Amino acid sequence: MNEMDQFRDTYISECYELLQEMEELLIELDEESQDLDTLNAIFRCAHSIKGGAGAFGFNRITGFTHILEALLDGMREGLIMPSREAINTLLSSVDVVTNMVRSEQVGDPIDDDYGKDIEEALNKICSEDQIDVNALEDDTPPETDKEELAPDDIIEVKLYNVMLTPYKELLASGNEPLLLLRELDTFGDLSVTTDTTNVPFLDEMVFDNCYFHWDIDLETDVEIETIQEIFEFVEDECDLSIMILASFEKTAAEFCKADNSDEVGFFDFDSFMNGSNDDEIEQPPFNPDDYNQDDDSLDNKEVTQEAEQKEPEPIANTAVNNDSVTVKTAKAKAVKKTNKPTPEPTATSIRVDVEKVDRLVNMAGELVITQAVLHAQTRDLATDQFSELIKAIEDLSMHTRELQEAVMSVRMQPIKSIFSRLPRIVRDLSQKLNKKIKLEMHGENTEIDKTVIEQLGDPLTHMIRNSVDHGIEKPDIRLDRGKPEEGTIVLSANHRGGRIVIEISDDGNGIDRTRVFDKAVEKGLIAADAVLEDEEIDNLIFQPGFSTAAEVSDISGRGVGMDVVKRNIESLGGNISIANDPGKGSVVSVSLPLTLAILDGMIVRIGTEHYIIPINNIIETTKPKEDEINKIANGNDVINTRGEFVTIIYLHNVFGIRNACKTAQDGLVVLVENGREKFGLVVDELLGQQQVVIKTLNEYPDSVKGISGATILGDGKVSLIIDVAEISNLANLSNVSNKHMNNMVLEQQA
Amino acid sequence: MNEAKETIVDLNDIEEIEQEELQQFLTFTVNDDEYAIDIMCVKEIRGWNGATRLPNSPNFVLGVVNLRGIIIPIFDLKLRFNKGATDMESTHVVVIVNVNNYTIGILVDAVSDILYISEKNIRPAPSGEKNIDEAFVSGLLSKDEQVVVILDLLALFEEKVLKRAMKLEHDRC
Repeated sequence: MNEMDQFRDTYISECYELLQEMEELLIELDEESQDLDTLNAIFRCAHSIKGGAGAFGFNRITGFTHILEALLDGMREGLIMPSREAINTLLSSVDVVTNMVRSEQVGDPIDDDYGKDIEEALNKICSEDQIDVNALEDDTPPETDKEELAPDDIIEVKLYNVMLTPYKELLASGNEPLLLLRELDTFGDLSVTTDTTNVPFLDEMVFDNCYFHWDIDLETDVEIETIQEIFEFVEDECDLSIMILASFEKTAAEFCKADNSDEVGFFDFDSFMNGSNDDEIEQPPFNPDDYNQDDDSLDNKEVTQEAEQKEPEPIANTAVNNDSVTVKTAKAKAVKKTNKPTPEPTATSIRVDVEKVDRLVNMAGELVITQAVLHAQTRDLATDQFSELIKAIEDLSMHTRELQEAVMSVRMQPIKSIFSRLPRIVRDLSQKLNKKIKLEMHGENTEIDKTVIEQLGDPLTHMIRNSVDHGIEKPDIRLDRGKPEEGTIVLSANHRGGRIVIEISDDGNGIDRTRVFDKAVEKGLIAADAVLEDEEIDNLIFQPGFSTAAEVSDISGRGVGMDVVKRNIESLGGNISIANDPGKGSVVSVSLPLTLAILDGMIVRIGTEHYIIPINNIIETTKPKEDEINKIANGNDVINTRGEFVTIIYLHNVFGIRNACKTAQDGLVVLVENGREKFGLVVDELLGQQQVVIKTLNEYPDSVKGISGATILGDGKVSLIIDVAEISNLANLSNVSNKHMNNMVLEQQA
Repeated sequence: MNEAKETIVDLNDIEEIEQEELQQFLTFTVNDDEYAIDIMCVKEIRGWNGATRLPNSPNFVLGVVNLRGIIIPIFDLKLRFNKGATDMESTHVVVIVNVNNYTIGILVDAVSDILYISEKNIRPAPSGEKNIDEAFVSGLLSKDEQVVVILDLLALFEEKVLKRAMKLEHDRC
């Protein structure tokens, strides 16, 4: 990957962040009326996207964001009201830009007329409020403005002198003086002198240092603030002084003519080389791009030295007293005016490869084990003789534990990153459905493992959609029922007993049990004469193929429903439940483990080997008597637990372990279920329950049947984790239903 | 002036020597035969300290061990060559190697030497070598008038080879 690609990637990921921020701010704007700070923040987002897009030649994005920016600027100035429609359009345009960025990212061009409708809508809002898209003053070529002036209008023209002395690091931070000069050039008649006195000899030159200073004369009609704005992004990285040298009146025609005379950046080598050094006023525009590649820049020295001698120092000094604005005060003004945050001096976060973090987690885990071994060794030492050593090892154990916690916390992220996309969904949907809904969120900073976060997005979105679509009633119905017109959905997250609990509650309709019941009958999920408890009816919504929306909408009635949500949550080691209060609302609770990397396991012994059974799968453990074990026709053994016959699997057979208990009555039967079926696993002994860190066996070329992973126990030894879902296939457990099994046992007994 | 010239000549000489490219090999013994592997794929050497058996895996897979938080499989080279199981003792040595982006351990009787061999002294594998499957031999070199087989670890532990070996094992069962 070359450097440019790297910058490009950085820009693109920044774009996504900015767009996300924009979306959040727009929604905030919607809810909390017109707040200038928010508007400014939104404008800055759009501006940054536009700036970067220009630099990388993403013309579509530049063009689109320009219009967006114009509209936002109008709002900032108070010319356009941020009405609901305007914000809707802005939100859609965020989507458009997102898609444009994505298309640049994957290199898949989008249709030429993509986003045109939104573009028109934006333009329409602008034109309604008489905002000229091209009137954006900060960095839009103002030609159009001027052309509208009558040729003999008198305008006030000022002659500015700008001394730009960048610090050496200017280029390293990605700023490009050429762009600044080009922008200045759009304001009027520009004459630039480059000071090369600081350019070192070639061998001392650092390639990304900026050695040039510029002395810029600009004849223009714009105000000093506008010029300052151009340098907004570099003002911390250069010494800058802007002075008004003179001010006089010209006709517009004269001025425009002068304005279009030359353009900065198109460096005419030939004329330069052929000795045009002597004319300063028509100084060829200098291209800073070239400074580090050619020696020609050294020729330039003569020019600038001459220029320096002619520089009217005294005038500059008096000008300082009168009209010049030093950078500092300009900055202070800017802060006051736009509340613009100054660039962050240091990075507050870094992006790290997950692999690196995993390695850290691994090593911290190992350190804890080594430390435990060490600790065990010192237990037998005489305290009086080795007190220092014992103390040191105790300290070590504390530090390793802290280290492990710290390292684990690196993988944790606030759940905010998925919560934050939900307000938009609620907003869009509620408008589509003509409902009024308020979304409240609590505990957004609750932290949860990154991998869980990644897989939680879809189920959560689905549940929120359900609440909006099926939960909250239309405003008139709500009023009839004596509820406030606006429905409320509360989304909360908090830690409870080593797990994270997410609750989605709404004050809507709740689950209509008769409708659910009828639907389940209609779909053949239950018999028409079935008698079900209320809770059982509520839980029918988790059945596959269940969808209650009366009209199939594009919002949530797509046949996939809560069953998919349930499956997703369960695959993350979590569980989901629903509390229903018909007519008043419902609460869906999702409980998840904090991390996927840790599992509650039961360590069991089979022969001399130790295995781990996930606690989640275990129902109970029994020690059957000999007469409770029945052999059935298909060769499997079954035991009777609470009136139910359950097949038992001899793990020593499955895993080929010698010297293990051969019969269930000598060992123990661990009853497990894997979502589809229930069965018993015969083990010798239970050794205890422990939280274990799951490791994959991917260093092994082929996966081992019946084993889902491995872990390292306290003594440093590896122990294998049993894959309960797989084990029944391995044991050739035939798919006989319990009822069938009962019959078989009864037949045999008879 | 003369001195400077001499220095240049010396430098050239050194370059020439370096150009000969000595390859380094780690040699070890399995069942009294000596084998060599490219030292660049060796990560570390540790003593045999037991392994957790993997159920239903071919017999030459001794199990898995914990290598600083990563779980790696250990293979018995003697069984891999179908020369019977190693009678494991703590004097046996596990050589941890990187093959095909996998980290695996191979159990050998003992590590014997590190050899510096120039490429021209490596002879191609002869056909008809009867001791081991020639697919596993990438070359031969001589050490003290003894022939040492350079093992091709890639071939020996290639994924499909491993799978085939496992399948054979299964069929035999």
